[in-house]
Amino acid sequence: MSPQNAPRPSPASPSPDVPLLDVRDLRVEYLTRRGPVRAVDGVSLAIRPGEVVGLAGESGSGKSTIAHAVLRILRPPALITSGQVLFRERDTLDMDDAELEQFRWQSIAIVFQSAMNALNPVLRVREQLTDVMLHHGVPKNEAAARAVRLFDLVGIDPARLDAYPHQLSGGMRQRAVIAIALALNPDLLIMDEPTTALDVVVQKDILQQLARLRRELGFSVLFITHDLSLLVEFSDRIAIMYAGEIVERAPARELFERPLHPYTLGLMNSFPSVSGPKIKLSGIPGSPPDLAAPPTGCRFHPRCPRALPLCAQSTPLTKTVSTGHTVACHLV
Amino acid sequence: MTNPEPPVSPARRTRAASTQLDFLRRMLGQPKAIVGLVVLAVFFLVAIFAPLIAPVDPSRYVGRPHEFPSAAHWLGTTGQGQDVFAQLVWGARVSLFIGFSVGALTTLLGLVVGMIAGYMPGVIDGLLNMFTNVFLLIPGLPLLITLASFLPPGTVTVILVLTFTGWAWPARVFRSQVLSLREKDFVSASVVGGEGLMRIVFVEILPNMLSLVVSSFFGAVTYAIASDAGLAFLGFENVNTVSWGTMLYWASNSSALLQEAWWTFLPPGLCIALVAFATTMLIYAMDEVTNPRLRSEKEIDRVLRKYHVTAKRSTPVARKPLA
Repeated sequence: MSPQNAPRPSPASPSPDVPLLDVRDLRVEYLTRRGPVRAVDGVSLAIRPGEVVGLAGESGSGKSTIAHAVLRILRPPALITSGQVLFRERDTLDMDDAELEQFRWQSIAIVFQSAMNALNPVLRVREQLTDVMLHHGVPKNEAAARAVRLFDLVGIDPARLDAYPHQLSGGMRQRAVIAIALALNPDLLIMDEPTTALDVVVQKDILQQLARLRRELGFSVLFITHDLSLLVEFSDRIAIMYAGEIVERAPARELFERPLHPYTLGLMNSFPSVSGPKIKLSGIPGSPPDLAAPPTGCRFHPRCPRALPLCAQSTPLTKTVSTGHTVACHLV
Repeated sequence: MTNPEPPVSPARRTRAASTQLDFLRRMLGQPKAIVGLVVLAVFFLVAIFAPLIAPVDPSRYVGRPHEFPSAAHWLGTTGQGQDVFAQLVWGARVSLFIGFSVGALTTLLGLVVGMIAGYMPGVIDGLLNMFTNVFLLIPGLPLLITLASFLPPGTVTVILVLTFTGWAWPARVFRSQVLSLREKDFVSASVVGGEGLMRIVFVEILPNMLSLVVSSFFGAVTYAIASDAGLAFLGFENVNTVSWGTMLYWASNSSALLQEAWWTFLPPGLCIALVAFATTMLIYAMDEVTNPRLRSEKEIDRVLRKYHVTAKRSTPVARKPLA
């Protein structure tokens, strides 16, 4: 989109096996009065160039924490206690404030959960859009031109650039936020529940637009959601998180056809299918565990409908069941 | 870190009671609050038990002028030969009385005006806000002096004058706070629920700004004690009552500074400063307790240090094992 950024391999081009982002054994703790709470416990996750990876789980499972830790934007009491976050083989955990400032947005941009709060209510959208470019050294007229192009890209009439956030609808605001995220042509876009506040029709619309943008611009996406149904069509691979750990990961289609972890099954039975047959939604009984004192053995066992005595005693190992499909469960 | 709190069974007390107790406990866990409370408590005890602590009549002439502190007169005598210690002790009564009643009255008046103005946009707000602005604009000290010189001198006059000149600032602060709280959804919810104006303003909105009210009360106390001293020092009060302010007036009148009789003006000055210090400490403590961010930052820094990490703008990364 701009000559200003470093060239990057086009999505179809070589070495799809070298990950763009390689998170290894990431551990994030929140230091509370009751002691450290491990919100992310030894998570590894790789995203290859041009790939869309979905990360799903309940509220409080640690998925947003991962996204924010990758960008190092969590504030203390959050503390990263171990692991590596390799982006193009550079560890973001070794970067200092100045490096991170360049790295963020330029290499990885993020779309936050609530578009209303991500936009400053007293600034015109245009200013917010050009601000980020100017801050990263894009010349003024270039930034202005790019703002128009970005609005075109995300499907808003560029005439609305001079609107204040409250003058835009929820869907438009979310599009504007996406436009800001794409302003510097990032290699990876993290979307942290980008559509939760929107109705289903707008949701669908935005996701389709995003899929198209991704094909055109070739960025990778880490898509975080609690709504598994969104991920099927949109993502290449899906990882399921529970209580700070990834319990199952698989290529999207495979996960939907052959979910193995009882938690994945539970998540899938929590959403109605629009086109599929009518089924009774079962949901998952209980609520996520207290991470200051997580359950012994498998963390899901207190809520698991198929728990064995063994589940309370030993932590299940992660097993590979087929190419790219791994699961951490004693039953498999 | 403080000691772990004793376990309480949640069923045995209501939620409101538990948060109030919790608030008190957190307040008492603050060194600043303890310092403030102890200093204020000492002054109050002294004021209450003045007849026991200093049985000497503070107005009686008990010695030669400007006697140096001795066993008979612990803080020496004034230029008129009165006992400074007795004056200090009895003066605490008047000064604290004026300080705290003006604090309460200005806060109350400020609350009524500010909250109603803030919640009632249009003519009422316009009028009340105009009054507030007028009082903010009038230079305080000249108005104080003008009023004080026209009214019969006395403690009640001082209280009225200081309240009259001091209510506008809290009114302004409360009004702006209400302006923002008014827009919250819970207010809309109570409007829809059919609650009356007074209930919405004082039951729904007021508790949300309680920490501000308390801080502003203590701020007003400090303002009142200092202004009272100022008025008395300038001679606009009944100089025959004994307060810290009139002590300063008499000290200046009998040229204590030239005589190097520091014991006549230093003690009342220090007492005023100490009370102001104590109320300020309470305001700080209040702030830290009601604003969890302020409170926790120190705690977090302490914990981070165990990981050999200092907080920066980015998420800290612990690379070394725990200390």
